[in-house]
Formats: sequence, C-alpha cells, structure tokens
Amino acid sequence: MRKFLKILIFQSFFIIFSFNLIAAERSHDLLSPGWSFKGFFGKFDRASLQRGYQVYSEVCAACHSMKYLSYRNLYEKGGPEFSKEQAKIIASQFEVNDGPNSEGEMFTRPGRLSDNFVGPYPNEQAATAANGGAYPPDMSVLVKARKGGADYIYSLLLGYEEAPVGMSLDDGVYYNKFMAGNKIKMSNPLSDGIVTYSDGTEPTQEQMTRDVVTFLAWAAEPHLEARHKMGFRAIVYLLIITVLVYFSMKKLWSRIESKV
Amino acid sequence: MSDHEYTPKSKLGKWFNDRLPVLTLANHLTDYPTPKNLNYWWTFGGILTFCLITQIVTGLILAMHYIASADLAFASVEHIMRNVNYGWLIRYVHANGASMFFLAVYIHIFRSLYYGSYKSPREVIWILGMFIYLLMMMAAFMGYVLPWGQMSFWGATVITNLFSAIPLVGESVVNWLWGGYSVDNPTLTRFFSLHYLIPFLILGLVVLHIWALHVPGNNNPIGIDLKKPSKDTVPFHPYIVVKDLFALLLFLIVFAFFVFYSPNILGHADNYIEANPLVTPAHIVPEWYLLPFYAILRSVPDKLMGVIAMFSAIFVLVILPWLDTSKVRSAVFRPLYKQFYWFLVADVLVLGYVGAMPAEGLYLLVARIATAYYFLHFLVILPILGSKEKTLEVPLSLTEPVLGGSPKESMVRSKKEI
Repeated sequence: MRKFLKILIFQSFFIIFSFNLIAAERSHDLLSPGWSFKGFFGKFDRASLQRGYQVYSEVCAACHSMKYLSYRNLYEKGGPEFSKEQAKIIASQFEVNDGPNSEGEMFTRPGRLSDNFVGPYPNEQAATAANGGAYPPDMSVLVKARKGGADYIYSLLLGYEEAPVGMSLDDGVYYNKFMAGNKIKMSNPLSDGIVTYSDGTEPTQEQMTRDVVTFLAWAAEPHLEARHKMGFRAIVYLLIITVLVYFSMKKLWSRIESKV
Repeated sequence: MSDHEYTPKSKLGKWFNDRLPVLTLANHLTDYPTPKNLNYWWTFGGILTFCLITQIVTGLILAMHYIASADLAFASVEHIMRNVNYGWLIRYVHANGASMFFLAVYIHIFRSLYYGSYKSPREVIWILGMFIYLLMMMAAFMGYVLPWGQMSFWGATVITNLFSAIPLVGESVVNWLWGGYSVDNPTLTRFFSLHYLIPFLILGLVVLHIWALHVPGNNNPIGIDLKKPSKDTVPFHPYIVVKDLFALLLFLIVFAFFVFYSPNILGHADNYIEANPLVTPAHIVPEWYLLPFYAILRSVPDKLMGVIAMFSAIFVLVILPWLDTSKVRSAVFRPLYKQFYWFLVADVLVLGYVGAMPAEGLYLLVARIATAYYFLHFLVILPILGSKEKTLEVPLSLTEPVLGGSPKESMVRSKKEI
C-alpha cells in the first residue's frame, strides 16, 4: 500500500508540474477576467457566447473571416445554442456564391445551415488591400494560434493606449501595450455602447471584450465541453480500474516472496 | 528461451502447431522467465508497445480524413477537429501520443543506461533500439509537418536545409528531398507517404528488438546473469503482465490529462496559423523531444560541423556498448558511474532547455559547455571509468544474500539501495 501511495504521490507531482508548465506558459502581464471554460468542469457561458456572436457579427466580421465554422455550428450542442430556427435566419441573411447551375451560370442564393461562414472579402489579397496592407487574420482558430490564448486576445482588445511620448506612429498604426512591438494596424474595435445587447446586458467595452473572446474561444475549440466531460469520466474510470488492477497484482504477487 | 518442449493438448492444436508453431510461440511468451526483481522502470517496454499501437490506430483513422495537399492540408485538419465524429479526440490522442511516446522512450533509454542493459550480451537489443529511436524521430518530424501550419513549414525548411551542409552535393540533395526548389506540395505529399511507412518499419524493428531480448532474457536491477527458470525468475504471465498493466494504467492517467485538459500545451501556437512561405515566425523551435539535439546543432558555429555533431550525438549512443568498458552492469554497484549518470541526465535536460531558447549570449555558452560535456561523458569518462572505478561486490544471485548465511557488509548496503 505504501508503494502505491508513493506512486500516486509521484504521479500527482508530475501532473502538478505539467500544469505549472501551462501556467508558466501564460505571460504574467496578461489580463484575465476568469474564464468559465477553464478547469476540469469548464463550460462556456451560453448567454455570453450568444452576445459574443453578436459582437463578432456586428463588429469583427466587417474585416475578419471565420471560414472553418458553419452556420449549423450555431445551434449545435456545446456552442451558443441558438435555436435551429434562429440559426437558419442568421444563415439566410448572407449571400452565398453557388453554381454553376444547369445553364452553366454562377448565381448567389441565401445561406443555408450547411454553409461555412461567409467572409467579408472574396480573397486574402482583397482583404489585405482593403486594410492598409495588413491581412486581418481568419478568426476560426485565432485563440489557439496565439501564445496566451483567450487571455492574450482579451488583453489585446483592452490594451489600446496613447502612444508614449517620443514614439511616432505612422498613419493607420495604433499603440497597443500587449502587441509584440506595441504597434498594431487594427484600430481599437470596441468602445462602450457600440452594440446594443438584446438581453439588456450593459455593453461596456470590458463586457463586450469578454463576450467576444468567449465566442472566439468556442470557435477555436467547438468540442471543448464534450472534451472536458469525457476527460473527467475517462480519468475516474482509469483511477477505478487502476485500483482494481493494483489489488489483483498484490494478490498474484503474494505467491512470490518478492515485493511489487 | 524456455527450455522444455511444448506440445499442444488438442489433436487439432498439435496438427496446426507442427505446421506453424504459433502455439509454441504463445507458450514461450507466457512462460518466458522474467527476473522477479524488475522495478517499475522496466514497465516502459510494454508502455512503448502500447504507444506504438495507439499511434498506428489513431493515425490510420486520421489518414482517412486528412488531405495531403499544400492547399487543403490545414483545412482538412480543421475538418477533422470540427466535423469528423470524435475527430478532435483522435487527433489529440495522436498529437499528444507522440509526446507520450517520446517521454516513455526517454525513460526506457535512461533506464537502460542506469542498469547497463546495453552491455554484453545485449548489444544487439540496444542497437536495434537506437534504430527504432532514430526512426521515431523521423516519423515525429514528418508528422509535425503534415498539419501544414507555420511551424510545420518552417521546421521542415530548417531541418531539410541541414543537408545543404554536405559538401559539393548538398544543394542537389536538398532539392531532391524537397522535390522542388522550396518546401512545397511535393515535400508534403512525400512526407505523408513516409510518415505512413515508418511506423511499420518501427513495428518490424520492435519485433526484432523483443526477439533479441528473449535470447539472453531481461537484465535486472542488480545486473547479474540469472539462472532461468529458477527461484529468481517468474513466468511472464501473469506476474509481469499484471504489473505492466498497472504501470500502463498510471501512464494512461497522465496521458489523459494531456489529451483532455491541455491538448495543445506541448505544441506550438504558431502551428494553428496556416503555412505561409512569405512570413517567417520569430522563433523556429522543434518539438520538445528534439530540443537537446537542436541545441547541439546550434552550439557549433559551422553548419557542417553542427550537423556532424548532431548526428554524432546519436552515433555515440549506438557504439555505447563498446565505449563503456566496465564489466559490472548495474549502476547500483558502480558508485562513481552513478554520479556521472545523474550528471548526464542533468546535462541532457539543460541541453533541452537551451534548445528552446534563442541561440545567443549566455544560452549559447551554456549550450556549448553542455554539448562538450555530453561527448566527454561518452567518449572519455565512460572508457576511463571502466578500468579506474572500484565497484562494489556483486551478489551471485538474487536469493544469495538471504540464503548464503551472513552476507558481506558491502552487499547488505547495496541491497538496500535496490
């Protein structure tokens, strides 16, 4: 039994150590509002996801695409969980290029649930040209593509400041204390009251930032809730079977006058 | 090998076994006499077999959905993550599985170093193991290229460019590897093909590795030859099987924590940005398990010499059975070697750390010292230690200290350390 405890302690140290690594990975300076989707039982805040989608579609989507998501994701479990009807309405508001039809003509039609999110520009070059030479990155996996993840995006959106004295900025370049090199080509996208929430939440800059980053975190990891749930079950199952195997092993080895 | 002749009980079994002796093989594997004093460091062989099979099975499923094309690879990985049923699980198991595989293989190798398992008569097992390790690194490197993210692309560019250091033909060799004049679609498709092939080569070598192991039998923490079968051994089944299973389950708990709660911590954020030949990432870093070699590579100022140093770092391991001249296998009875061993472990960890840091200033200095010590350990310290070290007295059998009346004092002390 003592050996078993020793192994368990060793193992816990290992796990704590690896999670310390995760903590160390995050920069200390980043802001974090305390995300509901972190931790063993982490889940997305449904209302926040829905508000986040609103901020994304009214503000971010003017420049940023999100090409790996489809409209059906909006009603699927673990996401913003709009009703299927709502998702259909959202999809139908977009014009999708389709074709060729039987006459060989390309045509546009209203979006369907199975369509991927329609982007603001026809291609990367058009997006770059329209934004002063800086391509607004696709937001599908943005949270996973930045060191610091959700905290980083959250900090960046709240990190706009007046440039310090002596620092000259070109036209269309802004100062942001969390951006590498402190220069960013995106102007501060969010300000108090830029959107009107239908659920009555006050649209402060901080609230909107929190909502939209929650939405982006879901977009990057749409199966996060399923993963956390399965992980908990898997580990509980593993622990139980480990204990059972341990005692079977003890019983078997008791025939031999050697310890295990 | 078990000594007694095996005859199947049933007539049909005997008929079949006379034509293809699989039952004899199964009987050999079950009865295989194993030292009873094996500790938990010996369970990693089984764990590694599990890792290999997990990688092959998850990889097989991923290959059904993955598209090896520079235009579609990144999107197809996102398709797996979002739309394929449990695709996220399969991909995260495969990606973290590679890291767990290397974690296990490093423990397995360092166990071998501590207990002298590479020494006569087990040199061939060791060399086969080194080839497996080499193939693992190739498979892992090519696998990391497949998602076609920024690190995939630039990692592939840096590593393949190493071959340009070869005098005269370097340039041509690199173009031949790429299938063009830069890392592009042809590179991706051939890496996919090879990434699919290598695991089966590894599987073949694993069979040989185990076969070679079953000729002399396992080494053990005392490092002495045991009479087999005897009071010092137990049949592989059920004793070792249940112990390996217990260790595997503990390993799986750690594995599960990574897969379910921090699946991206061992990867690099930049690899979620699609490959872009026009934008170079600030730091190009390989996966953690290749970092010590990366540090050795960068610590040499000359490109060709750096590449030679990196490959030599693996080569000295291959010839290790002849570099370590000590007749005593286990570090338990080698007080000096034991200290040098832990120093080497620390040295490799330092190399791994500086490999992740920019190659400049203090980091570069530390990398150079650590690289020099790495070679010093294998090429100078080990050969000298063999003749100079005063080893402790080695018992004749596992039971001897108990049955042989009053054991010598030195023996009693070493027994405790085991």
